Amino acid sequence: MECQEERPIIYTMENKPIVTCAGDHNLFTSLYTSLAQQLPREPMEWRRTYGRAPKMIHLEANFVQFKEELLPKDGNKALLTFPFLHIYWTDCCDTEAYKSSVKEDMLRWHNSLRTHGSADWVIIVVESNDTKKKNKTNILPRSSIVDKIRSDFCNKQNDRCVVLSDPLKDSSRSQESWNSLLLKLRTLLLMSFTKNLGRFEDDMRTLREKRTQPGWSFCEYFMVQEELAFVFEMLQQFEDALVQYDELDALFTQYVLNFGAGDTANWLGSFCAPVRNWSGLLLRRPIDMEKRDSIQHEEASLLDLRSYLFSRQCTLLIFLQRPWEVTQRALELLHNCVQELRLLEVSVVDGALDCWVFLSCLEVLHRIEGCCDQAQLAANSSHTVGLWAYATDKLKSLGELCGLVSEKGPTSEDLNKTVDLLAGLGDERPETVNSLQSPYKKLKEALSSVEAFERHYLELSHAAMEMYRAIGRVRSARLVGKSLAEFHMRKGDPKKAETFLQEALKSYLSEGWSLPVTHTRRQIAECQKLLDRKEDYLQTSALLAGDSNLSTEERTHFCQEILNFAGKPGNPSHKATLSMSVFAQLTQLQFHPACASVHSGAALKVELTLRCMMPISVHIQQLAASIHFDVDHGGTHGRTKRAQRRTNLGVIEFKMGDSLAGLPCSAAPGPSLELDEVQDRSPSDNSLNSTGVVCKNTHLLLHHHEGTSLPDTLNCVSPPTVTMKEGAQMLKVQDVTLAPGNNSIVFTAPSGQAGTYTLRQLCATVGEVQFVLSHIYPSVRYEVYSQEPQLTVEPLSEPLLAGLPQMVKFTLLTGHYTVKKGDALQLSNAETLPILPSTSCTARISSPTAELVSESTLSIQSSEKVTSISLPPTPPYHVLEFQLEVVCVIPSGSERPANERLTNGEVRHRPRSYSHPDTPMTAIDQRMSIDCPWSIYSTLLALTFYIPFKTKHSLLSAGNRKYIQVCVQNVSDVNFTLAEVKLTEKQHASLELQSLNTKTHQLLCSKHSLFCLWEVRWKDELPSCMKCVFSASFSPLSQDTSAFKPFHYQFQLERVTTLYSVKAEISPPAGEQHCRSGLLCGLEVCITRLTEPAEGEIAEESKTDPDGLKVTKLMYEVADSNSNWAVCGKSSGMVLMPMKVNATHKVHIEVMPLFAGHLPFPKIKVLRYLPHTAALAIQPDPDSCVENDSLSLLDKTLDDQGDTASIRSRGSVHSVGSGDQQQRGVAMPRLEAFSPGQVFNHSHTQQVLVLPATDDHIMEVNAT
Amino acid sequence: MAVCIAVIAKENYPLYIRSVATQNELKFHYTVHTSLDVVEEKISSVGKALGDQRELYLGLLYPTEDYKVYGYVTNSKVKFVIVVDSSNTSLRDNEIRSMFRKLHNSFTDVMCNPFYNPGDPIQSKAFNGVVSGMMVQTG
Repeated sequence: MECQEERPIIYTMENKPIVTCAGDHNLFTSLYTSLAQQLPREPMEWRRTYGRAPKMIHLEANFVQFKEELLPKDGNKALLTFPFLHIYWTDCCDTEAYKSSVKEDMLRWHNSLRTHGSADWVIIVVESNDTKKKNKTNILPRSSIVDKIRSDFCNKQNDRCVVLSDPLKDSSRSQESWNSLLLKLRTLLLMSFTKNLGRFEDDMRTLREKRTQPGWSFCEYFMVQEELAFVFEMLQQFEDALVQYDELDALFTQYVLNFGAGDTANWLGSFCAPVRNWSGLLLRRPIDMEKRDSIQHEEASLLDLRSYLFSRQCTLLIFLQRPWEVTQRALELLHNCVQELRLLEVSVVDGALDCWVFLSCLEVLHRIEGCCDQAQLAANSSHTVGLWAYATDKLKSLGELCGLVSEKGPTSEDLNKTVDLLAGLGDERPETVNSLQSPYKKLKEALSSVEAFERHYLELSHAAMEMYRAIGRVRSARLVGKSLAEFHMRKGDPKKAETFLQEALKSYLSEGWSLPVTHTRRQIAECQKLLDRKEDYLQTSALLAGDSNLSTEERTHFCQEILNFAGKPGNPSHKATLSMSVFAQLTQLQFHPACASVHSGAALKVELTLRCMMPISVHIQQLAASIHFDVDHGGTHGRTKRAQRRTNLGVIEFKMGDSLAGLPCSAAPGPSLELDEVQDRSPSDNSLNSTGVVCKNTHLLLHHHEGTSLPDTLNCVSPPTVTMKEGAQMLKVQDVTLAPGNNSIVFTAPSGQAGTYTLRQLCATVGEVQFVLSHIYPSVRYEVYSQEPQLTVEPLSEPLLAGLPQMVKFTLLTGHYTVKKGDALQLSNAETLPILPSTSCTARISSPTAELVSESTLSIQSSEKVTSISLPPTPPYHVLEFQLEVVCVIPSGSERPANERLTNGEVRHRPRSYSHPDTPMTAIDQRMSIDCPWSIYSTLLALTFYIPFKTKHSLLSAGNRKYIQVCVQNVSDVNFTLAEVKLTEKQHASLELQSLNTKTHQLLCSKHSLFCLWEVRWKDELPSCMKCVFSASFSPLSQDTSAFKPFHYQFQLERVTTLYSVKAEISPPAGEQHCRSGLLCGLEVCITRLTEPAEGEIAEESKTDPDGLKVTKLMYEVADSNSNWAVCGKSSGMVLMPMKVNATHKVHIEVMPLFAGHLPFPKIKVLRYLPHTAALAIQPDPDSCVENDSLSLLDKTLDDQGDTASIRSRGSVHSVGSGDQQQRGVAMPRLEAFSPGQVFNHSHTQQVLVLPATDDHIMEVNAT
Repeated sequence: MAVCIAVIAKENYPLYIRSVATQNELKFHYTVHTSLDVVEEKISSVGKALGDQRELYLGLLYPTEDYKVYGYVTNSKVKFVIVVDSSNTSLRDNEIRSMFRKLHNSFTDVMCNPFYNPGDPIQSKAFNGVVSGMMVQTG
């Protein structure tokens, strides 16, 4: 056993707990190998004090021969040399021998242990069969020796004596005894550890508690605690060992912090000594004995202590397989040391710390590289990169300090500094002398010459950058790149610098960091100036001139740079082209007129608002906007677009970027959604096929979402290649001065040709410099349209009433046509729509903006066929308006005018009346055909008139007398006066229509009806068919009588003659004066034939009476719809009526009144009964069509077969009977109603008094 | 206390950045910007490990010789960065945490302002006051 202090390096890993051996040395030697092998084979659980978690521990031991010097003296705190267990070996089996020598020796051993207070001992008795056999006779049983030893030494501690049987034999018994021995040894060792370490820790704690006492020394304490760490390390409890160092670290840090807070400890003075050595960390040795010695002798500097502490921690961490913690701790340590030296105000030579940090970084990295393979290193570069970057940083500042960065090289002063720094490094450590790449050699070399420095610096920088990139720390990589760029700039290599700067700038721009952007950009400007890259430099200058992060002086400087360049005469064919967005921003664009749509040739102004970003006013020679021209297609399409454009009042706002030059791209709001309405109209009739909404700028929106950068914003990294496209047309303004801020510039836009003009680019020329806005977005366009003349006719007031003079407004949009003097509109006259000549017809001419230009009288000449309206001369794109009075003739009835041809050869469209769904009035469409001077085609225009009246007629009878009633209903909203009401019958001269109307003028209010009545008188015979014409004059109530207009209504009445009269009488029951409710009464119905059968009638009734008289079958029916009467017996029946005047038929029916009071008679219906063979008598409807009339006449003469066919064809029209009768109409007899005038009912609406039932005194009262 | 406080939007542009010494402003901008590397690294590693229930405080992002940079990220991925002078040793982790919490509360107030447009630079006086308070208490 050697003392570790004698060795230069303590390899604690190779240390083992010391176990002393006494007694039979040869015996021990023979067993040593197997003992040393087997002891660590199985782990033991080590239970710890102070609640520390138990640990499994493999025990090893260093067996040394027992010497008394080994036993620790009082006060010796060394733990590494502490013997933890003492063993006495003996194989004595002879009582004599034991008694004579062994016991004595053992006693001596035991005593010396006891005097040193060591209780950790064991006696091992080895017995073998050989020895037993040899001395068979005179030996005692083996147990007796053991017993003796036990009784002699192991005072109640029987476990302190162990028997090992046949240790060298391979038997189960031997194995068993080995195992129990090993177990015993391990247990005892652990007991010893627990006890001794516990005691040590207690002492250590006591020492620590004394730290506030004046004499306390940190270094002393350090040594004590480190001893503990050594033991833990020896026991391979690295975690515990590390804890000891960490505690020391923390304790020291706390003292330094306290020092900073003013609480100074005396012992700290030694650490405040000026730093003389900055040789960096040394991690290649497990224990740096030099430093340890200096700590022990309280001569260590702060850096020494920190270095030693870290080297120990590093060693343990690497044992613990935690190399990445080393790097992390290293970085912390280095930062911390720099801070601590500052805090303790330790004087350090300039650059010394940089050297120390640089060397330390590289040393740590080397150490880590030494214990990890390449793959591991690459995977964990995130842990090492910090050190790389730190080393790079330090080397750079060293280079700057020693004048290695400047273009000229180091001065003599710089060289002196270098020499001082190198002196502080001392000699290279022996471990690295042979290594070519040692940190020491690197630093020395780097500081030796400018070239070497550059090489090393670049190497380190690139390594750091690559690592940053590899782990995705792009920003950090860029920052390293930036400092590399600064290096290149100082070395006068702007080309290399620019690449790095541009890359960094890109990153700052994309993330919107304005201050770094400005700073980097300024550096780039410097580069570009040096590189003489004019356009790039100008572009960057423009950006900087508009950068609000810079001071006005700086901005003015950059602006002046541009102006200086612009002022120099250069190559006239090539001007420097720059992006305009950095120079000035287009903020607003306004059209005058606001609709941005003018007819060709009209004046259109475009007002631009440019926000100039320059700090000073800039004179611009020319500002031009190029225009893209598109021929417009589709007039209707263009019109809808125009209508839409009007809504934005011609102002277009451009929201690109912000005035802040550094506003981030990602923060700038994306382009707003531009939606357009799209209507797809059918080309033929302009009806809407589909409509929808389209996003016009999807490409921009989608692009915006994909990447964060906006296209062509002011934040462009490098000036985009902007080119001015030569458009065919340009808006130009010469000599403008743009002041900082908003400037308004007005252009006059070309509007010669019809189409769409899109503003594409904007270009400002300042001397040799052009600022180009490569495209204007959102797109701005204006439209120049060419319009065909358009003539419209609309009613002045809705609705147009037929029959009255109505004002109609003619509107002529001249479009591109100039109305010349002598131009006239030719209206083809229509009979149904005469144009009323008027004296004062004025035409108004107004401009497109609805301002009245002039008024003039129109001359209207009417010939028979044509009305010609001479138009006043009107300029193009003006509106000409005039009014004409027209009358629509009310069609009087079913007259069908022959097809007429208009003067222009067109077929006249018969005005057709129809009922309009929106109004109760009947509508008539009137078409006008107008020949216009600008077109060879006639313009057809339609006007809708409404008939204000609805007329109905009815035939009333009183016995044989006939009356005609006409009802005129005013369905319009106007009140009328009706005069000269007249009814005439055309065909029958003998007929006299006597008016029963008293007033000549009648008021007919809106929605009211007027009834007129005439009695029909005739001389010979009442014609069965009458064609009547009702005529009246009407005028609106407000107007005078001269304005009366005729109104006609034609109608036809047929089967007017009364054929039968029906008379009913109710007779009270016999003996009663009055009818009583509930009593049967008699109802007598008397049907009388009033006229001779007419010819048609005979033909109809084919049945002949046996008497030769023509008879007809009638059916009567008594029905009481109000349930006043109960009909008893048959309510209906058939009557055979002779067709003779005054032929009478009486029917008696029993009826019973159900209520008392004046009851109306029950209704009696008389119907014509048609046997199945009879042809149907057709009752022509007065309103039905003529066609039906003629058909029915034909039918009468047809034979049976033909008849049935016709019946079938008209079955649905004439059937009165029930549905099933009608279904099989061919064979079935049928009933047919008479025309209203043919049956006269005498007792219609007659009433009879019915008394209540006699004894009925009960009155029912229903109260609800 | 703090020498620089920054609020950085989800898209990594600064919403608010203020530092004590104006002449060093640029340096702090660079420092904060570079710290985003580590913030992103931490977010992605934490996000993988803990899912939704993640700690907002990211701890020390990276130390430099002169400064310590601490990070914090809200659930809406807005980052707070506080730069502290390295010599200021009195600041413990807990104090940094509470600073971040205060900052977060104030930021929440800013966001609650209906007139504040999320994504715009923060110009709130109240927020500025809170930040000033953190920077003034020099340790």
